[in-house]
Amino acid sequence: MTLPEPQFDDLYRELILDHYRRPRNRGTLVSATRTVEGVNPVCGDEIRLDLLITAEVIEGIAFSGQGCSISQSSASMLTERVKGRSTAEALRALTEVRAMLLDGAPPASDLGDLESLEGVARLPVRVKCALLSWNVLQEGLTSPANVA
Amino acid sequence: MTVPTNLDVVRIQRDFPILRQEVNGRRLVYLDNAATTQKPRQVIDALVTYYETSNANIHRGIHTLAVRATAQYEAVRGKVAAHIGAPDSSDVVFTRNTTESINLVARAWGDANVGEGDEIVLSLMEHHSNIVPWQMLARRVGANLHYAAVKNDGTLDLDSLRALVTPRTKLVSIVHMSNVLGTINPVAEIASIAHAAGARLLVDGAQSAPHLPLNVESMDCDWFAFSAHKMLGPTGVGVLWAKAGLLQQMEPFLGGGEMISVVKPEGSTWADVPHKFEAGTPTIADVIAFGAALDYLSDLGMESVRAHEKAITAYAIEQLELLPGVQIHGPHDVELRGGAVSFTLKGVHPHDVSTVVDSYGVAIRAGHHCAQLLMRRLGVPATNRASFYIYNDERDVKVLIESLQHAIRVFSNDAARTAV
Repeated sequence: MTLPEPQFDDLYRELILDHYRRPRNRGTLVSATRTVEGVNPVCGDEIRLDLLITAEVIEGIAFSGQGCSISQSSASMLTERVKGRSTAEALRALTEVRAMLLDGAPPASDLGDLESLEGVARLPVRVKCALLSWNVLQEGLTSPANVA
Repeated sequence: MTVPTNLDVVRIQRDFPILRQEVNGRRLVYLDNAATTQKPRQVIDALVTYYETSNANIHRGIHTLAVRATAQYEAVRGKVAAHIGAPDSSDVVFTRNTTESINLVARAWGDANVGEGDEIVLSLMEHHSNIVPWQMLARRVGANLHYAAVKNDGTLDLDSLRALVTPRTKLVSIVHMSNVLGTINPVAEIASIAHAAGARLLVDGAQSAPHLPLNVESMDCDWFAFSAHKMLGPTGVGVLWAKAGLLQQMEPFLGGGEMISVVKPEGSTWADVPHKFEAGTPTIADVIAFGAALDYLSDLGMESVRAHEKAITAYAIEQLELLPGVQIHGPHDVELRGGAVSFTLKGVHPHDVSTVVDSYGVAIRAGHHCAQLLMRRLGVPATNRASFYIYNDERDVKVLIESLQHAIRVFSNDAARTAV
């Protein structure tokens, strides 16, 4: 074949692939105060978040599950973004991520690695992959503690 | 072509205007034919010609256009009958799609003939459209559902089906060709199992009607359901064929215009079959254009269509097997299968595969293919699926393989290590 290889810079930025290949905070937390799970019924992607929340601060977080590079890297970035932060700040990050992915808003200045997901907004079929872990986080922050 | 074919694929490709476009700067390679096929110029022209020259409501008017439209619409019933080897075109009902055809049987036959404690036998390789209508019926009447097993090679476990069919079984409903595995099921044998127990057999022909020479009489099924849009025709047209005399025993599905004989305040009598099942104004233009699709396939000859697809599918499977970490889900022998080829690549999620190959202009499907029971049986959340038709050639397979090699380079190895 003589055509050059297509580029995926827009979607598969190095940061996304890096989080996919070397996920941060992957696993489970025995000390979790809340465990929440979500499934994308369309593609079968699964995310579980274990949260250790003390006095409105996310002191610990871990994710597990399986799925595509977008859903898994987004979850990895999520854990980095909210670990050690207050639940209010985590909810603010959630709002910013949704604005970027759903409304095509420019990434907020404090999103960090999550900025790399900006290109996903142009692929509506993949937006739900990127949002899966964030929807799970929202449930974890707004539902009552389910682990003693 | 090193792939032998008895179709003039270059000439066929010229008949499909949509294939002339570029996607992401590449020639469009359309390999999602199990979802829907593209339409030849002849079918598109038939739609336009109908609206420009013959548009009228059918079966009612006395005027010239109404008579012409009615004749064109009814002529397609005969073409459908010829395509499936049905002796009588009055056993052919037009619906919206395969799903509606199956729901029609579940309502119009199921409600009257399946009762509490009765059994319905399906298989684990069914499309949701051949599962959910029976689950709904079972809930309405208190019947039980049973699912025949699928063997590791992707074929139906006939022993399991035989064991499930009992004197309480009222219906066996089985897919003719799996939309995921490509597996062609031995429907004549299944018919004899069902009939020996006094049960009826419905065959979901959504994937077989476009690709195989068919004869509903030798299959000996009681109903055969399929969709026009998967065989060059427009969306919005489905077919339900029933064995002689069976439609007469079934109550109407929808009530309204066209399906009645006499309407009185206290009640109505029904029109003869098949019109009893075609309430309201049907999708006339689309049915007539479906006739052009059937003419197109008949000109090619279904034996030739099948031979071409066997050749391209064998080549695709051979090339896919050379990829590292590939697993093909379904039989490898093309005598046992059609051209829907599902596969997974170790460590590369189907969504990522689909996005990468799309950048090469290649359209394949990623997901559960409306077959969640089968995904669970295969132990995968989703698969990739490439599915072939009359306009696909060796070149298309080569572009697919090249794009898959790229996806593997981007995602595998590291990804496989971190997979749960």
